[in-house]
Amino acid sequence: MALNPDFIGRTYPAGPSYVVGREKIREFARAIGDSNPVFHDPEVAQRLGYSDVIAPPTFAIVVSLEAANAALFDPDLGLDFARVVHGEQTFSYARPICAGDELVVTTVIENIRTMAGNDMITTKGTITTVAGELVATATSMLVSRGADE
Amino acid sequence: MTSTIKFADIAVGTELPSARYPIDRLTLVKYAGASGDFNTIHWNERIATEVGLPNVIAHGMLTMAMAVRVVTDWVGDPGAVIEYGVRFTRPVVVPNDDAGVFLEVTAKVTDLLEANRAKIAITAKFDDQTVLGRAQAIVQLT
Repeated sequence: MALNPDFIGRTYPAGPSYVVGREKIREFARAIGDSNPVFHDPEVAQRLGYSDVIAPPTFAIVVSLEAANAALFDPDLGLDFARVVHGEQTFSYARPICAGDELVVTTVIENIRTMAGNDMITTKGTITTVAGELVATATSMLVSRGADE
Repeated sequence: MTSTIKFADIAVGTELPSARYPIDRLTLVKYAGASGDFNTIHWNERIATEVGLPNVIAHGMLTMAMAVRVVTDWVGDPGAVIEYGVRFTRPVVVPNDDAGVFLEVTAKVTDLLEANRAKIAITAKFDDQTVLGRAQAIVQLT
């Protein structure tokens, strides 16, 4: 099923905030096998000038994806999740995510296009603190594989 | 941000220390739990093969997370990474055995940018084939 192109440019306002926990960052770092002390030890992070442990760069997806799902699960969009694969992912960072941050995400559907029978949808999540400080943006391109292969 | 690598000390072509990261089924279970991505193709062989995959595959985001470690370990302060992007071009297939598989990651400086920034190209291979396309990071050096 083709995706509804009317969704291009649609913006989804920030939902409930995400409070970044120190143990969550440690759990994520352990899961990716990363023992860098700045992800685990607040004293090491503080020596680098951070208030608490910082998150590995790709932790931003944990914050942004839940927000993007609000857009992607919209039934009028027509995305069939059984056929979806992650095509591309890009992050840009104003600063690393830090334990104690209270974050919100605004999501915009940047593009929808069809190529070789596959639908591609690009969402961009802007991650800020509840006070409005920009932390990072996460741009995700998902591919919905065509049924007629 | 306090990178231990100085902009003055690098050049186009500078190679970062390479690394080899193990991935087995336990890695995938841990990543699913930590990230909240419980897509069944990353832990359920029956579902994975039903949708046409050879076996369970690693989360693309796990591969992406591991690949940038060569950059964060090199640069000293992971906060020096100001941009990071990849294309997911090939799945990392993880069999149900005790051996697991390995992600082989190499990286080098491909561009020196203004304001002491550098572009790093990352190559991530599984089974001698690249699994990420256009994988690159931009780092802010001192």
